[in-house]
Amino acid sequence: MHDLILYIQSYLDSDRTPGGAGNVFWATVYILLVFGGLSVAVIAMNWLERKILAHMQVRLGPMRVGPHGLLQPIADAIKLLLKEDIIPAEADKLVFWIAPFIVVLAAFTVFVVVPFGPTHAITDMNIGILFMLGVSSLSVLGIVTAGWASNSHYPLIGALRSSAQMVSYEVAMGLAVLSVILMTSLNATGTGTLSMIGIVQAQLTQGEWFIFKFFPLGLIGFFIFAIAMVAETNRAPFDLPEAESELTAGFHTEYSGFRWSLFFLAEYSAMIAVSSIAVTLWLGGWLRPFPNWLSGDRWDLVFSLFPGITFVLLALMCFYNTARMPKHPLFKIQTIGLAGFGAVLGLIGLLLFWTPVRVRVTDIFWFAAKVAGFMYLYIWYRGTFPRYRFDQLMKVGWKILLPMGLALLILTAGMGMRTELWAQLQGVWRGQ
Amino acid sequence: MLHITTLHYLVLGAALFLLGVIGVLTRRNVVIVLMSIELILNAVNLNLVAFSRYWQGIHGPTALHGQVFAIFVITDAAAEAAVGLGILIAFFRNKETVNMDEVNLLKW
Amino acid sequence: MNPPVATPFFFYLLAGTMIIGGILVITRKNAVHSAMALITTLLAQAALYLMLYAPFVAGVQIILYAGGIMVLFLFVIMLINLERNMKERQFNRQWLVGIATAAALGGLFIAVYTATTRGKVLFPEGRMSYVEADNTQKIAGLLFDRGMGQYMFAFEIASLLLLVAIIGAVVMAKKRI
Repeated sequence: MHDLILYIQSYLDSDRTPGGAGNVFWATVYILLVFGGLSVAVIAMNWLERKILAHMQVRLGPMRVGPHGLLQPIADAIKLLLKEDIIPAEADKLVFWIAPFIVVLAAFTVFVVVPFGPTHAITDMNIGILFMLGVSSLSVLGIVTAGWASNSHYPLIGALRSSAQMVSYEVAMGLAVLSVILMTSLNATGTGTLSMIGIVQAQLTQGEWFIFKFFPLGLIGFFIFAIAMVAETNRAPFDLPEAESELTAGFHTEYSGFRWSLFFLAEYSAMIAVSSIAVTLWLGGWLRPFPNWLSGDRWDLVFSLFPGITFVLLALMCFYNTARMPKHPLFKIQTIGLAGFGAVLGLIGLLLFWTPVRVRVTDIFWFAAKVAGFMYLYIWYRGTFPRYRFDQLMKVGWKILLPMGLALLILTAGMGMRTELWAQLQGVWRGQ
Repeated sequence: MLHITTLHYLVLGAALFLLGVIGVLTRRNVVIVLMSIELILNAVNLNLVAFSRYWQGIHGPTALHGQVFAIFVITDAAAEAAVGLGILIAFFRNKETVNMDEVNLLKW
Repeated sequence: MNPPVATPFFFYLLAGTMIIGGILVITRKNAVHSAMALITTLLAQAALYLMLYAPFVAGVQIILYAGGIMVLFLFVIMLINLERNMKERQFNRQWLVGIATAAALGGLFIAVYTATTRGKVLFPEGRMSYVEADNTQKIAGLLFDRGMGQYMFAFEIASLLLLVAIIGAVVMAKKRI
């Protein structure tokens, strides 16, 4: 047992990712952890979306199933698993069966290179960001085949519209990402990097998050990517292909039960994936706020208390709501459940104050907190913005975001090479 | 048989090339012929990248000419697929069929 | 550094996937099934590129081929009506001549190989440096660097070619010019 703890500790102290070290066992452990964490995150997103949308619309959302609806996602999952599996009569059975798997495969494979910390990625590929953009473009194939295999009009039109939208906004995403890759090359050797961990380390060495670099160029790039990523994942306000009042749920109309839940899982995983791209490229990945300005051991200590404080605050909120529960015998189970949930959160928070855990968790916590901020933005957009019509959507993608992305790329390249450009211009002047 | 050399990749490339040639010469459906052409281009790319690895072993780690050539071939394949499919759509709009033998108006 | 030990297993697995995918592409009646088989072949090819220590080409293959060209193919297959075509004859009248030609080509390959080797190894292994950490930077050096870059002209011509292809595809697919 002691050997096991030593083995785990010696691994956690290494400075390479499991893929980089060629360590298959730890890579598998990380893959299982990411898979489990992603599933928990999708379940939590389901609950959060319903509650936050409800509160934005001045109503309460699910309150019955568990205390404050906390068990609602589990009830939904059980219902979906027990539903009858209906396949349309003339549908192409093989393609109908394969389509959800392609989308889920594409959405989950992206997480192989997402960096939760300087060594906390499954692997750090040399082409990290290229791999992420490429594999997330494979989900378009799944959507197109899902619409085709359903053999009915609404799914086909929904699939074609959805894939046209995704392909259009991928171009804008690629251009915004390119401008960030240019910014990573502003170091001593003049070579940039495509690896995700390298991009965050470039932000650390250059002393500022890329969202603030060459102000306002980083900010404009971030906005282009933020808009394009919402369109890429078919979320409001770009969700015409799957809106219920327009196309009766678009390409996943004919899918029921477990197959539909695969599409749902893939959609939320894709949301988390593109948010992690945005966080890594613009918002400094796992870096805590102000790593260079407020540096030193004292500030490290202050910022490393944040994970524990967050969980303890959540636990306090649970206890407050427990006290506010109605004092009726039928609510006894819910009150006890909520108090138990609060106790679990509090214990996790107290665990996160303990030094060995605190030091290791802080990178993952800051990354997860930033991605959680993006998830809240997604839900906020859904509750606030009206839906774009399809031609307006394509116009925004091609006629507004693409020229802005190109101009941003040229300006970023110009700003990055400004000393050389200025020297060349002066040389041309003097040469005359 | 067990140690993978350059020759293994070349044999695989040749096999894919032959499959693509059979597809081009025997199928009637234009879309499948275009997909067979993509198979041929992929076989050529595999050859190029395999040779680039071989060249790297001889001329040092920066001799990646085969890979650069492969990137250009992929770009050309994309352009050619786009134009080919545009021609296919124009063709289908005129004659309502995608079979290659039925476009025979210029035959005597 | 030791070479990766699982290489023969993965090579044969990926090679088998590619050959089976290729056979499915040229024999399926349903064009969508052919397209899915081609996607499998292309993804297996990207994995083979990774085995050949060419990660950038693998990334480009996934983005352009599997994520771009195949989406284009699937769009076109779905826009044209292939229901009637699936019930017709799939192979043309000269299929035997086609297979004979391909067999002759294969025979030519084998003849060239046996004529040039005659006992010695055709491609002797050099000093293999198993580095891939800066593959992208080296390719960028070949393409763009002022010192050792020799493919800048080809790069510009390729971008011009893409422009011509875009305009050509748009004009070809319009109903009225």
